[in-house]
Amino acid sequence: MSTTDLTHPRRRRLSQAAALGAAATLVLSACGGGADADSADNDADGDTEAPESLSVTTFNEFGYEELFEDYEEQTGIRIEHNKVDTAENARDSLRNSLGAGSGASDIEAVELDWLVEFMQYSDRFEDLADPELEDRWLDWKYDDAVDEEGRQIGYGTDIGPQALCYRADLFEEAGLPTDRDDVAELLEGEWENYFDAGRDFVASSDSAWYSGSDNIWQGMINQVEVPFETEDGEIIADTNSEVQGLYDQLLQASVEDELSAGLSQWSGDWNDAFQRDGFATMLCPGWMLGVIEGNADGVDGWDVADAFPGGGGNWGGSYLTVPTQGENVDAAKELAAWLTAPEQQIRAFEAIGAFPSTVEALESEEIQSASEEFFNDAPVGEILANRAEAIEVQPFKGPNYLVINVAIQDALNRVDVDGIDDPETSWDKFVNDVEAMK
Amino acid sequence: MASRKHLRSRASAWDRKYSPYLYISPFFLLFAVVGLFPLVYTVWVAAHDWDLIMGQGEFVGFDNFAHVVGQRAFWIALRNTLSIFILSTGPQVVAAIIIAYMLDSHLRARTFWRMGVLLPYVVTPVAVALIFSNFFSQRFGLVNSVLDTIGIDAIGWQSEVLPSHLAIASMVNFRWTGYNALIFLAAMQAVPRDLYEQAEIDGAGKVRQFLSVTVPMLRPTIIFVVITSTIGGLQIFDEPRLYDQYGRGGTDGQWQTMTIYLYELGWTRSDFGLASAVAVLLFLLIVAIGIINFTITRRIATGDGRKKTASRRRFAKGVRS
Repeated sequence: MSTTDLTHPRRRRLSQAAALGAAATLVLSACGGGADADSADNDADGDTEAPESLSVTTFNEFGYEELFEDYEEQTGIRIEHNKVDTAENARDSLRNSLGAGSGASDIEAVELDWLVEFMQYSDRFEDLADPELEDRWLDWKYDDAVDEEGRQIGYGTDIGPQALCYRADLFEEAGLPTDRDDVAELLEGEWENYFDAGRDFVASSDSAWYSGSDNIWQGMINQVEVPFETEDGEIIADTNSEVQGLYDQLLQASVEDELSAGLSQWSGDWNDAFQRDGFATMLCPGWMLGVIEGNADGVDGWDVADAFPGGGGNWGGSYLTVPTQGENVDAAKELAAWLTAPEQQIRAFEAIGAFPSTVEALESEEIQSASEEFFNDAPVGEILANRAEAIEVQPFKGPNYLVINVAIQDALNRVDVDGIDDPETSWDKFVNDVEAMK
Repeated sequence: MASRKHLRSRASAWDRKYSPYLYISPFFLLFAVVGLFPLVYTVWVAAHDWDLIMGQGEFVGFDNFAHVVGQRAFWIALRNTLSIFILSTGPQVVAAIIIAYMLDSHLRARTFWRMGVLLPYVVTPVAVALIFSNFFSQRFGLVNSVLDTIGIDAIGWQSEVLPSHLAIASMVNFRWTGYNALIFLAAMQAVPRDLYEQAEIDGAGKVRQFLSVTVPMLRPTIIFVVITSTIGGLQIFDEPRLYDQYGRGGTDGQWQTMTIYLYELGWTRSDFGLASAVAVLLFLLIVAIGIINFTITRRIATGDGRKKTASRRRFAKGVRS
């Protein structure tokens, strides 16, 4: 926004050095605002100098550390990397920056589950559409980031096709097959089939079948075509019998049949349980591989099966956006395009397992032949590519998707983790929460 | 000439009349900008539909207040805030006075101990919250492991209401007790030593001296500490927010305080109107409880207090006459 800064690099440097830099920039940008309504226009009428630095905000793991170093070497642009712990916190702070009109990074990573919310304010983001890049991504990945006026507000980073991760050693102790093809055969089918295998497992093991209901829920809800909101903007989460059916089925398996370890995802206990044989299976989008490897450091036996209950499913995956309020939108666009290019996506996959969303990277030799030593040398590239193909449903996610999904996960955890409610009372509270949103 | 003189005298009259206001104006200007304006503006926002990103919407009067007060979550947040506040402020003030009293006596390596009590305050609240929430992890946390070895069943630190409040109050107490102790210590050192000597001559033991000399003499400081910890305690945010991985105050709002509820409304749900309504209600609550606490603490050792003011008045009269 502060176009004045861009054309006067020295002033920029000075104001940066000053203790009141932020305030000064604000004043300057306020002065410059009248002259040029949009900084992008301003940049177009001449060669702009490359900025000294760009800021990028990501959350969890994106696998960008090495890429940033390379980019700095290539271009001389310093990259300030803000790494937020959870996606929810990243979302809250981006909302705050958009509301305040300042404070956002030049590039902000946005997760699929809340991209829709920001679509409501798509004019606060730069249109990244570029004819040369149009065919770069999988169709649905591309379409999700295009608003009603046809502006593309995000470049796709990764996708989350889900496979099943399992502990071969615990399977063996319980008398289940251990070979990944046999396991895939065992677990392929409906959710009830997966739960049945779990019932056999817990009957002869001290470990639980999965970590907690909220992990399994992400797999189930991402297969529902219209889960919480209709395209007309009506909230149907509390009256959708399909959702309630899944809720009941899951809690039956988790609590009644004791398949769940009763751990809420990302909690300290959940992290610890990886080291304690807490559970035997986990839903595994590509990015989860890195999480498991980190938490289960030193634990042998993890493997990946090319199967997923209830058909395929996508969990998460992100986009890089460029908020309009940034000072260096053009340079930021360039960096975002570079980071999401097939070659860089492959390197992010090699770093942390973020599964590429570009067609070229998906077909590449590097992905097709990639294997993961920690997961017993499983051919994760091939498995996840198969899993991506198995995805049939792209659920419709409205602007309240995240908030509603959080409320229903709370409902599950009240029963499964905290044990303070039975499924009915907890559902009633969920209905109550949803009512309050309407 | 005459008129210039006139002007000068007028200027000096103005100077005498108005410049004092000028001298004190920085405080009031600052207060107006960072205190009064946000306060009034919050009320303004609370009376509108207001989206975090889209900004001001329609004027809705008291609708936001009515909506908030009708929510179960609001009353749970109110309960949690009061409960955590009582569990933290009460023990904290008492412990701080006792610690200060011990530090006030002749200790070896006095500075070391005095610095020592301040140490928890230096640790950032985020670090404190992370460490404590690890302690209180339900399944594999330290506290429950220790309880387990001595044969006590695991306590639902992160699922039940009262245990979670106790855990959070312990974080607050850990952080603030030492700080308050130092404030009390400073006040105690201002207590004239001859009062203690006199009490000792009269045959008062240490406990009696503490209760009848130290505590009454600390009254203004106690009021100060109670008021500040009332404000801090009712606005408690960091500790409950960092108590679990989500920071929403539990699956059932077990430890969702008013500020967390406010944050959820404003930032997660993007509804600044509702969030501001909660902020205004919280402000009124703090004022109300502040007044209650003020009147209670004023009564600490009132008997003494009144006598003293009476005798002081008499003394003052004596001097004047």
